[in-house]
Amino acid sequence: MEIKKLERNGKIIFSEYKRGGGIIKALSMKRDEILFELKDSKLKGRGGAGFPTSTKWMLTAASISDEKYIICNADEGEPGTFKDRVLLSEYPELVFDGMVIGGYTIGAKLGIVYLRGEYEYLQKPLEDYLNEMREDNLLGKNILGKEGFDFDIEIFLGSGAYVCGEETALIESLEGNRGEARNRPPYPVNTGYNGKPTSVNNVETLATIPHIILKGAEWFRNTGTDKSSGSKLFSISGDCDKPGVYELPWGTTINELLDLVEAKNIKAVQIGGASGFCYPKSQFDRKLAYEDAATGGSIIIFNENRNMVSVLKNFMEFFVEESCGQCTPCRIGNTKLLEGVKQIEKGVHTFSYINKLRDLGKTMQVASKCGLGQSSPNAFISILDNFKDEVLNYNNGGANGRN
Amino acid sequence: MEEINKGRAPVSQKPHVIEKPKHPEYIGGSVKIQINEKDIVIPTGTTILEACRENNIHIPTLCHHPDLCVAGVCRLCVVEVEGMRTLQASCAFPITAPIKIHTSTAMVRKARKHIIDLLLSEHYGECYSCFRNNNCELQSLAKEYGVDHYNYGHITKPRFEIDNSSYSVVRDMDKCVLCKRCVRTCIDLQEVGVLEAIDRGDLTHIGTFFEKPLADVICINCGQCINRCPTGALRANDPRDEIWAAIDDPTKHVVIQTAPSPRAAIGEEFGLEPGNSLTGELNTALRRIGFDKVFDTNFTADLTIMEEGTELLLRLYKALVKGDKTAIVPQFTSCSPGWVKYLEHFYSEYVDNLSTAKSPQQMFGAIIKTFYAQEEKIDPKDIVTVAVMPCSAKKFECNRPEMTDSGFKDVDYGLTTRELAQMIKEAGIHLPEMPKSDFDDPFGNASGAGLIFGATGGVMEAALRTVIELITGNKVESIFENANILPIRGFEGVRYVELPITEVGSVPEILKHFFPDWNWLKGVTLKVAVAHGTANAKKVMEDIKAGGKFSECHFIEFMGCPGGCLGGGGQPIPTSAEIRAKRAEAIYKEEAELPIRKSHENPHVTYIYENFLNEGPCSHKSHELLHTHYVKRGKYIA
Repeated sequence: MEIKKLERNGKIIFSEYKRGGGIIKALSMKRDEILFELKDSKLKGRGGAGFPTSTKWMLTAASISDEKYIICNADEGEPGTFKDRVLLSEYPELVFDGMVIGGYTIGAKLGIVYLRGEYEYLQKPLEDYLNEMREDNLLGKNILGKEGFDFDIEIFLGSGAYVCGEETALIESLEGNRGEARNRPPYPVNTGYNGKPTSVNNVETLATIPHIILKGAEWFRNTGTDKSSGSKLFSISGDCDKPGVYELPWGTTINELLDLVEAKNIKAVQIGGASGFCYPKSQFDRKLAYEDAATGGSIIIFNENRNMVSVLKNFMEFFVEESCGQCTPCRIGNTKLLEGVKQIEKGVHTFSYINKLRDLGKTMQVASKCGLGQSSPNAFISILDNFKDEVLNYNNGGANGRN
Repeated sequence: MEEINKGRAPVSQKPHVIEKPKHPEYIGGSVKIQINEKDIVIPTGTTILEACRENNIHIPTLCHHPDLCVAGVCRLCVVEVEGMRTLQASCAFPITAPIKIHTSTAMVRKARKHIIDLLLSEHYGECYSCFRNNNCELQSLAKEYGVDHYNYGHITKPRFEIDNSSYSVVRDMDKCVLCKRCVRTCIDLQEVGVLEAIDRGDLTHIGTFFEKPLADVICINCGQCINRCPTGALRANDPRDEIWAAIDDPTKHVVIQTAPSPRAAIGEEFGLEPGNSLTGELNTALRRIGFDKVFDTNFTADLTIMEEGTELLLRLYKALVKGDKTAIVPQFTSCSPGWVKYLEHFYSEYVDNLSTAKSPQQMFGAIIKTFYAQEEKIDPKDIVTVAVMPCSAKKFECNRPEMTDSGFKDVDYGLTTRELAQMIKEAGIHLPEMPKSDFDDPFGNASGAGLIFGATGGVMEAALRTVIELITGNKVESIFENANILPIRGFEGVRYVELPITEVGSVPEILKHFFPDWNWLKGVTLKVAVAHGTANAKKVMEDIKAGGKFSECHFIEFMGCPGGCLGGGGQPIPTSAEIRAKRAEAIYKEEAELPIRKSHENPHVTYIYENFLNEGPCSHKSHELLHTHYVKRGKYIA
């Protein structure tokens, strides 16, 4: 219980909120007032990419169409991330109110929650919650007496592919197709679900919005750094005494975070999940923020007993399996990187070939079709760079020291 | 559109296209961009790839194909766009803002090289043992980027079994580069939907419904996927070895029939530009290879017109005069085996609309093993008939169990244009240098009506030339200049024409036993339509189902492949709308120069009706040899 108290303690998201509060305030505002409030708050997408939320909503609002959609990306699949699960199970009012405000702002009549397949157990309680909202006229026709504002929310259960967390693959999956990222441009804000303007937002982004609307942009900006306003939920796991979901202001250093969760003798921290970067001890003074160590919230802690080669192998195996397989750099590139890690593990690698693979990783970062392939070599490159001695000299330096 | 899309095969990649403005000169209609420091103005919505190509900047591509929607999956065409963090696929990037593009930076070149290296690392096999050697897009890319060794290794063991269950299409997935052109061809171009990506990550592969062999799924054998495959992953089922063996066997009398489309395209296999017909040269080459007789499929195309035309008149007579409700119109053409199988699968309730007349290929087989064998006094069991076709589905067709009316397998082997070109090369012959020669008797040179069967609308035009003259007694030339029925021609996906019959003549002798006079046709407006490619056929069929204007038609020509036979799945690779148009041009040009251009005027046709099928078209004997029946296959796979 004590741990939970420590965890659910934050200035923004975990601050006090009553269901419908943000909606009431939002409906008293004009749509552009909401957009300007959001712009002023400098809120950026909490899924990891950090795209300004106000811009996304503004573009969707500006798209001319009789139908628009707001989609809540609850396909939380990044290894080491479990903050959305906490929000959906403990704070659904924040997420759904955020969606209603979004629907009102961009002009959507339907919101869809793309719920991760493994969170099937949450579907029933969420449906029940939506029914309560309908009873309170927080969903449905002429919401809270606002003439002409009809909005409802549906829950769609995902089918278990990591790539479906990528917004265009998510939309393909919603439409009943194979989960594969689309070409962009066009972007979903113009051509999204069913070809209509669609705003796809992370669970946490949506959950932050009611607070901002209710308490104001300035209040929000008072937390965090200049470029990363507000706070962030961090899913902290690995070698520490108090793992869990913590709300911390942006700008917290890795060291501060490690102290908080009582992590000792730490060698490395993987920030941003499998698709993120691995930081060595020498960089623990870096700040968690979009402008420094950016993350969607996944923090995995490794102590000194961990073997970085097997850590890396684990990540690469994940990507080899979870690449959707459509574009060449991601599909075959990840396979090659994994082969390289296996060579290191067996001690048959050569430095020059591993270097070639690092080079290939650089290509994957820029040439892959979607964020999955673009970020999948991050772990490979950062572990190789930051733990060079351990990795390259693994198993007698490989190739019987012929390097 | 909604109606048409209903029941459509699933699509994984939709064509995200920004429509280009009709008036690029209007404000916002054009955008000024910079490619490699050079200022260029282009219509808004042009892709980077198009803009580069129009300005002679070469961008390598692999998954891109001019006939197909954008996929953007191979990533070879990536370029740098200033201000963007990642490289952009030029094929999939419609330009709507003034951007600055760099097509050959260090990062771009390295990325392309890496992608080629990656593709090669998983591409099993060696170039010299591949039928696409020297005509493979992956191979050309490797050459273009100077690949001289395998940077990221090379797969040494096959991962897949070759699927050669189908008579028509062989799939070797170890050579697949996952460009998905076949998937897009099957789903978007043909709307058949047999192929799709299965599994993900490193296990991704192209497969069929529940990974069943191709012969057991609803593949229509059109082979359009083969024409668009950049590598050797897809090919036709090749009978060359068996044909060589027959040629080398002195006890066998090997005859070959050539269809018009291969003749108009085979030059491409010998380095000629598309649009050069090599009919005369091919005749000589085939004799030098060792075929005993060389016949013109157009002869049986003429015969098809007589049979199918008579059948149409009989159906109309039954419907219009006798008021017989069982008379089924519109009549559908049946010479395209891809279309026939498509109908059998997707609209099996309409198989009775298909003309029972066999395709020219199969008619010829039956005639050769009966009439010809009799005339030449050769035991039909010693005759081997080979058909050179632009088509992979013809291989399936000649293996249909119904096609044995001569008492033997009517056509022993269907040979594609590509495979014949290979045989000619193996025989040491450079086709374009051959002297010209004519076809062999007793069938000789056929009419131009048979020749234009190769292009979409050709069967309809040939049929109309004959039907108009038989009914009105007037020359077609009196209605259409030079007997060119232009409204039927072209590449529009679906074409519809109405021809009012204002006057009628006397019934020709050959049909007198069926019809006392033509008066019942006076005042009737003949409604005909043409559709090519099964996606267009689907539009027409859906309209018929809904009782639309096509259900009022009397006769509809359907071709399974885009462009008709000249765009068939057995034709030289590559293909594009431009290439198909040139082939059509070659066919129409050759046709215009022929002395006889109507099927009923072909003296050899008259001869066969006088001396062999002497009860006339659609008689008992012709039904026995020249007509067939169809199978209601349905869409569901056991």
